[in-house]
Amino acid sequence: MNFANRLVGLVVPLLLVLAVTGLGSLASSSNEIYFLTALVDVVIVVGLYVFVGNSGVLSFGQMSFVAVGAFAAGLLTIPPGVKRNILPDLFPFLERHSTGNLVSLLLAAALGAVFALLVGLPLMRLSGLAAGIATFAVLGITHNVLLYYEKIGPGPGTMTSIPETTGLVQAMWGALVAIVVAWLYQLSRQGRLLRATREDAAVAQAVGVSVHRQRLWAFGLSGAICGFGGGLLVHQLGTITAEQVYLELTFLTLAMLVVGGTNSLLGAVVGALLVSGLDSFLVNAETGVHVLGLTVDVPTGASTVVLGALMALILVLRPSGITGGREARLPRWWPRRAEGAP
Amino acid sequence: MLQTALNALALGSVYALMAVGIGLVFGVMRLVNFAYGQLIMAGAFSLAVTSEHGWPDWASLLTCFAVVIALSLLMEVAVFRPLRNAPPATMLVATFAIAFLLQAIALMKFGSLGKVATIFPGLFDPVADSGRFATVRWVTVVAIACGVFAVVGLTVMLERTSVGLHMRAAAADFRTARLLGVNANRVITLAVVLSGVLAAAVSVILVIQTPLVVPSFALRDTIIVLVGVVVGGLDRLWTATLGGFSIGVATSIFTDKLPTDATVYVDSFVFLAVIAVLLLRPNGLFAPASARPVERA
Repeated sequence: MNFANRLVGLVVPLLLVLAVTGLGSLASSSNEIYFLTALVDVVIVVGLYVFVGNSGVLSFGQMSFVAVGAFAAGLLTIPPGVKRNILPDLFPFLERHSTGNLVSLLLAAALGAVFALLVGLPLMRLSGLAAGIATFAVLGITHNVLLYYEKIGPGPGTMTSIPETTGLVQAMWGALVAIVVAWLYQLSRQGRLLRATREDAAVAQAVGVSVHRQRLWAFGLSGAICGFGGGLLVHQLGTITAEQVYLELTFLTLAMLVVGGTNSLLGAVVGALLVSGLDSFLVNAETGVHVLGLTVDVPTGASTVVLGALMALILVLRPSGITGGREARLPRWWPRRAEGAP
Repeated sequence: MLQTALNALALGSVYALMAVGIGLVFGVMRLVNFAYGQLIMAGAFSLAVTSEHGWPDWASLLTCFAVVIALSLLMEVAVFRPLRNAPPATMLVATFAIAFLLQAIALMKFGSLGKVATIFPGLFDPVADSGRFATVRWVTVVAIACGVFAVVGLTVMLERTSVGLHMRAAAADFRTARLLGVNANRVITLAVVLSGVLAAAVSVILVIQTPLVVPSFALRDTIIVLVGVVVGGLDRLWTATLGGFSIGVATSIFTDKLPTDATVYVDSFVFLAVIAVLLLRPNGLFAPASARPVERA
């Protein structure tokens, strides 16, 4: 019964992703992009959730792993001949080598994990505000370097000619894999230990849990998922700048997580799909959209205003997020065996 | 050398003003207000619009203060008050949402190219220009004077008045202070108004230094100050202020002293220093040894 409940916690987010994919395949090809964006957002927000949700430590640094994954996956899939022309200042080994789509995604995940583990090794000793600000500093450094160092990327310019290989099916698989990994982690011994430190760090430490080590594991895993998400993102967009994976996306993804409910996988998925959908809808509404016979028309530029106001409103009404930080469960009327039965 | 020190002192003073504004609100509400930079931006735009319409300088100045204070009170009543008992992450993300909102409004209303504010142009003139050693501008003097005045004034208010006592009590332990009869709403409103006054002062100083006002005005400064107050130690007002001041000084020195081809990496150097400090002194650079960690149940 308990395990059945846990399973529901996995199945409901998976079904949500499948439903969005299904809707996306029905949509016209010009609208498909919104469903793609939503699915890629799910991957990144689930990555964020693995660390922030399970550890209770706020981190702004996850976007640096997205950025590293995006830049690596982008660089490695531009054909070498093209790369020489558009990015003449690259390190020779980066210029010469290129790989396929899947390999680039795996590499993005691996790089995200390695970067996260390296950064996390010293930083995971911190907690509370200090941890938040230190991870923010990591993001600041990553952005600063990506923005100006032309041997590893386009510098202040735009990286172009990246194959747009993230289709609806690939984005769906990405989201499904991210959710399953996050679910397995939170069921595992490591995940439970980390959640114990979230509830009460002092008590967890007193019974022998190493807060530092458990946070580090989650940080690394989160880095891998975020790097992977970055890879999907860059293959969806086809072009990337350092600005695109900096403050705005950090706030948006954090807002998705908090709006959905920080403490649950369901919250991460619901928040990502909802805020992403809302964002796309509002951007569309600037040119006029028909809903249920009504024409919704938002003045140009107002979509961000409305999105900001709506997010603030949701938080005021439901401070612990839409899901309240709870996982999906079996409904109450579901027949269940008596407690203690074999 | 002298010029570097003066620049550092000037930027440090401006950042200290912002740090006091952020620290005051954090003290009574446990809220890191990310939208503080957008308050400054709003003040700067009000200066730009009024000066464009040919208002006299004193009228623009008053309007700027009125706009910023009204906006910060509005934030308090509409968002912070309902969220007073929410988890810290929720409050922080709510301030992101407001920052987002205000910036989008500015972008919609004024465009990404921004406006030019001409107010007190005489203050940008040099006080003394020895040519060889250093140039001191009036605005630098004003910035430093404002910084000193704000710190001294606040210290007197916090230490010598009953409202100040209430504020310190609320900052130390909000629930107990309320039980002992501190009027929570009054204390918080006062803190919000004071932080608004400081934001308005900062927007005047920044506008005189860089008259071009764009929607992302003061955004980078706010980020650096937010980092600085945590590095200094957010639990006390004076450590937060010192933190803001030091990060201003550090940023300014890095900007002046790094070789020219490395100046683009100023932020990296500042943030690396921040990480190093946080690792060595996680409770804050200036926090006393007996200080408790910032994290609270």
